[in-house]
Amino acid sequence: MRIKDHPILDFPQGKKVTFYFEDQVLEGYEGEPIAAALHDAGIRVLRESQVLHRPRGFFCAIGNCSSCLMVVDGVPNVRVCVEKLRAGMTVRRQKGKGDLFASN
Amino acid sequence: MSLRTNGLPDQDQLTASRPSPQRLARGPVAIFECFERIPCNPCFDACPTGAVLPFADINDIPKVDFDLCTGCGNCIAACPGLAIFVVDETFSTGEALLKIPYEFSPLPERGETIQVLNRAGREVGQGKVVRIQKGRNKLATPLVWLTVPKGLAQEVRHLARYQ
Amino acid sequence: MRQTNVLVIGGGPAGLSAATAAAQCGARVILVDSSSRLGGQLIKQTHKFFGSREQRAGTRGIEIARLLQEEAEAARVEILPETAALGLYSDGVVTLEKNERLIKLKPERLVVATGASEKTLAFANNDLPGIYGAGAVQTLMNVHGVRPGQRAVMVGAGNIGLIVSYQLCQAGVEVAAVVEAAPSIGGYAVHASKIRRLGIPILTSYSIKAAHGGETLEGVTVWQLNEKWQGIPGTEQVLAADILCLAVGLTPLTELLWQAGCQMEYIPELGGHVPWYDENQQTSVPGIYVAGDAAAVEEASSAMVTGKLAGLASAHSLGLCPDFPVLGEKVRQELTQLRAGPTGEKIRKGLGKLRARSRPGAM
Repeated sequence: MRIKDHPILDFPQGKKVTFYFEDQVLEGYEGEPIAAALHDAGIRVLRESQVLHRPRGFFCAIGNCSSCLMVVDGVPNVRVCVEKLRAGMTVRRQKGKGDLFASN
Repeated sequence: MSLRTNGLPDQDQLTASRPSPQRLARGPVAIFECFERIPCNPCFDACPTGAVLPFADINDIPKVDFDLCTGCGNCIAACPGLAIFVVDETFSTGEALLKIPYEFSPLPERGETIQVLNRAGREVGQGKVVRIQKGRNKLATPLVWLTVPKGLAQEVRHLARYQ
Repeated sequence: MRQTNVLVIGGGPAGLSAATAAAQCGARVILVDSSSRLGGQLIKQTHKFFGSREQRAGTRGIEIARLLQEEAEAARVEILPETAALGLYSDGVVTLEKNERLIKLKPERLVVATGASEKTLAFANNDLPGIYGAGAVQTLMNVHGVRPGQRAVMVGAGNIGLIVSYQLCQAGVEVAAVVEAAPSIGGYAVHASKIRRLGIPILTSYSIKAAHGGETLEGVTVWQLNEKWQGIPGTEQVLAADILCLAVGLTPLTELLWQAGCQMEYIPELGGHVPWYDENQQTSVPGIYVAGDAAAVEEASSAMVTGKLAGLASAHSLGLCPDFPVLGEKVRQELTQLRAGPTGEKIRKGLGKLRARSRPGAM
């Protein structure tokens, strides 16, 4: 859900790019945080907690809280609230603490 | 209930802040609904006529000489609290003119009939947009000039467009 | 290893002001910030600031961020964005990370202006996606142009809660209510009146009992609190919402100061654990200064002034800024004025407590 008409702000956007989330192909703007593109697509569950397997979204949006860790291009524990979107990225929900050696 | 528990000023506060009936009968004048001491004084810098008196302490509530106020509305867009309005009770026999800060999109259009809302956001009647006063860019607060039935001049403080 | 006169950590209102002030005195200044855009939280503040002309009152936060950055650039501050400060060691070395590379830097003076982080609140299902810090929602809407949902409930009627409620409406989101556990509104009355005009109710002596939803938030139960701040059974109301914003206060981000061995004090009025510091913002470790929310959680207008004070004082201690006795006094007076009114009462009390704690080395 993009804000189209804001009374005070304009949102200059980068190039439109496609990326992959789980088995979906999504669109976003290059350089925006991955989480912003996912929110625009209505995706708010970003990972699963380690012990109780509960869904987690993001909380702080500025890279402080680690609630939004996802697996990006095979690398776990990426803070998607600050990681910039690039064309062709593969983004997956992270389960638990993430495996550095898994081949995604 | 009071300003501190529900955000609404009481009648005494409103009466005390208002210009005299004689002044209101003379034409446009600014109404300052700023009741609490906070560190803030842009209204002083914005006033071209010296109607907003100098602040001894930046936390003071603005003191206004309504006889010097011309109702120009410069202070409205300068006020960070959006707490200033201009009322002209001499606009026509039945209507008063209000200048209200409005930071929402899309802006209403000139001539548009709009809902007029009181301080609690309740619709209290209809008004008509007379003019939209926009600043140099989107960062400036637009002022909507609207007419309302005279009896609502001290009630109406916001507006909403019909869908 | 790189060297510099002054290193400023944090590019918000305090850090930018500190860097500019020190650089204008002739100091070589490096400023680092972990994000790509400078301005700290100002970059999402679409409202106009309070204060006086010196603190750019009447100007929107987003505009102040731009102006502060321009000033820092004009003063030839070396700005390193996307650079995170990782550690602060006893030999005075600061480690930084930029582009996955480690940089070691040894500054003669350090200004820590790392800001604060949002607090959370305990209630059932408080981890559901759709529950955000109020600042996070502001970032999403006002920096990235994405609406967080359709209908929000705000917890907290301090300035942040009131301002973000207004900004949610500006972004086209409905705000069902603002709930505040205290019996009165904590923020400025003008902010409260602004959202009342939009028809948003402010429920004082109310809190969140629970959040509901499957995968993501669908609603919240609020209830009234008694004078002991306990929920009153039977007063529950269920509000449909896909956004719950928590605006329940901020905690100073002081990890680096702990690591540096600064004397820390717990002062609730200042936001929690803060370093001891003197009237020029210098901590118990000589050469380490603190400014902005990392020193005491208050308004951005004060952050700019504490930053300026720390910047001038650090330059003065390097033998620069000969006018500091006069300039510093002027800046301290500016701060005193900002904190003089009823809204500065908490901060005055907190600073009084901090000053009363034994001065380091005096024991």
